[in-house]
Amino acid sequence: MSTPDKQLLVVVGAGPHNATRARDALDLVLTSAAFEIGVGILFRDDAVYQLLPQQQADAIDAKSLAANLQALPLYDVEQLYAPRSALEARGLDPDNLLLPVQLLDDNATAALLHSYGQILSF
Amino acid sequence: MILHTVNRAPGSHAALQQCIQALSGPAALLLIEDGVYGATPAFTRLFHRLDGTVHCYVLAADLQARGIDALVDGRFQVIDDAAFVQLSLDCDKMVAWY
Amino acid sequence: MEPLHINGQQIALDPEGYLQNLADWSPEVARQLAHAEGIELQDEHWEIIELLRDFYAEYQLSPAMRILVKQTGIRYGKEKGNSMHLLRLFPGSPAKLASKLAGLPKPSNCL
Repeated sequence: MSTPDKQLLVVVGAGPHNATRARDALDLVLTSAAFEIGVGILFRDDAVYQLLPQQQADAIDAKSLAANLQALPLYDVEQLYAPRSALEARGLDPDNLLLPVQLLDDNATAALLHSYGQILSF
Repeated sequence: MILHTVNRAPGSHAALQQCIQALSGPAALLLIEDGVYGATPAFTRLFHRLDGTVHCYVLAADLQARGIDALVDGRFQVIDDAAFVQLSLDCDKMVAWY
Repeated sequence: MEPLHINGQQIALDPEGYLQNLADWSPEVARQLAHAEGIELQDEHWEIIELLRDFYAEYQLSPAMRILVKQTGIRYGKEKGNSMHLLRLFPGSPAKLASKLAGLPKPSNCL
């Protein structure tokens, strides 16, 4: 795995069923990981809703993004981050999420953006 | 009676707030799509200015898809698609906030 | 592509030969798709097909090659968890070909 300054950070701000933004972001992550490009994900704003357990996408005939997200550890994508403030603003319990994410305060979020070589936002 | 629908999440869009500011009873307010996140406890303060003449509804399938059906605030009545259709028939006007 | 005919039923394929409806899959579908690719399915093929179907049921993804290799190793041991083994079973592009026979969509993040 390359050093962080050569790695890619995908920043996603959309919830799991908001058009195709969340899915486009995840496709890029999985493709990068398949080619062994080191990649991390920052779930900002409504994107923290992607991390809720018990999503039943079939209720609206959608594909389950949550199922796809659970494959991330298999793709060796383990650098997952979320601003603590995004969870707090939405009343979400950080101990009850689909995947283990590192919670960042706002300064740490800003520092994270500096630490990656490339950033793509969705 | 006017039916107001909101389909944007309140954490990143102003649609819900703008709708509530413009709302007076008798009226129905229905949260759909990403709007259903507004029915979770983190956003109850937005609804404080509404009185008993505004009935608040939220769509079941959109809650389930987002894994938040257990988090709905007591102010809301959870309705299915058929009840959504009936509600829109019962109201003489509809305003979509997005 | 021309549809398959199985027990009087027509099974629709997309232009690249993947199933149009994933629910149409059956072992017989796999046999016919394999036959069209010049492959007669043996136990070792079925192992990979089973792995792919389980993977898809859990993650709703067709795994890329690197992930397929890794998962094969975890499930069936090191001597099978390598690209040589998979290339021997599914020549050319194993992740794509095996996904096709397993009735999965084409892997979207795979060359």
